[in-house]
Amino acid sequence: MDKIRALIVDDSSVMRKIIERSLRQAGIELDKVVEASNGAEALTALQANTLDLILCDINMPVMDGLEFVREAAKLECAKGVPIVMITTEGSEAHVVQALTAGARGYIRKPFTADQVKEHVLPVLGKKP
Amino acid sequence: MSTDTSFVTRSKEENWLPVLELAVEEVFEIMLGCRVKPVAPAEHTPNGEFTAMIGLAGALCGILTVCCSATTAGQIAKSMLGDAAKSADEVGDALGEVCNMIAGNFKNKLAGTDERCMLSVPSVVSGGEYSLHSLAAGNAVETVLLFEGAPVAVRLQLQS
Repeated sequence: MDKIRALIVDDSSVMRKIIERSLRQAGIELDKVVEASNGAEALTALQANTLDLILCDINMPVMDGLEFVREAAKLECAKGVPIVMITTEGSEAHVVQALTAGARGYIRKPFTADQVKEHVLPVLGKKP
Repeated sequence: MSTDTSFVTRSKEENWLPVLELAVEEVFEIMLGCRVKPVAPAEHTPNGEFTAMIGLAGALCGILTVCCSATTAGQIAKSMLGDAAKSADEVGDALGEVCNMIAGNFKNKLAGTDERCMLSVPSVVSGGEYSLHSLAAGNAVETVLLFEGAPVAVRLQLQS
C-alpha cells in the first residue's frame, strides 16, 4: 500500500497519538500526519494540505466533528478524501447524522487497532 | 435541555453499578491493555490529586468523575501512550480521555439514551485541596478499581 497523508482531528493530544499509533499498528504506512484539535482547525488544515484520509472526533470545542464534516463537504479540496469518525458518541442517531453529512466510516471509542483496520482500509480501497 | 423524567425514574429503580463497572473494565482493557476488577470502595480510597470530570446533559443529567493519585494518573498516561507522559498537561489529557470514554461507553450501554444524552468535553482538576459540589446531587453510583495496585474511583452523580 502506498504511504498515505492523514489528518487526525481530536481535542485530546493523547488521543491523536493513540489514533496515529493505531493506524501504524493496522499496517497503514503514513507519509505525513497533520493534527487539528477542533473542526475549525481541521478546515484550515484541510485547505493547506493534500490528504488521503481524515479521522475525526465528534465532541470538540469551537467546531464539532459533525459540523466539520458538513463544512468539508462544501470544499472542492475535500472531494474524494474519506472521513472516518472516531468518537465516544455511539448512538445510531449519531452514526446516521455522520454518514448523512458525508462521513464514510464510524469507529466507537474505546477502539482496538483491529477495528481501525476494519473501518479504515475499506475507505482507502483496500481489503481489511 | 430538560432532564428526561423516565431516566430519573430508571436511575432509581435499576441497578446501574454493573453497567458502570463493565464500561470501566472495557476502557481499561481496550485502551490501557489492563484487566481491572472492582474492589471495596471503603477499603480503597484514592488520593485525589487528579480528578477528571465530564458532564452529561439531556436524557441523563449529571457528572461523571475519575479520581486517582498523581502517580496513578501518570501510569495511566504511560499505558495509553506506550511511553511516559511529557508533561502534567499530557497526564491530565489522558485521564480526561479515560473519563470521556467511560462516560460514552456507559451511556451507550443504556438502552434508549441514544442522541438524547450529550457529553461535555472533559475537564481535569489537579491538586487535592478542593471540594466538588455538583448541582446534580441525586442518585450516585461509584466503583473503585485497582490499577497498578493503586485505587481509581469512578463516580456517576445523577440529577434527581
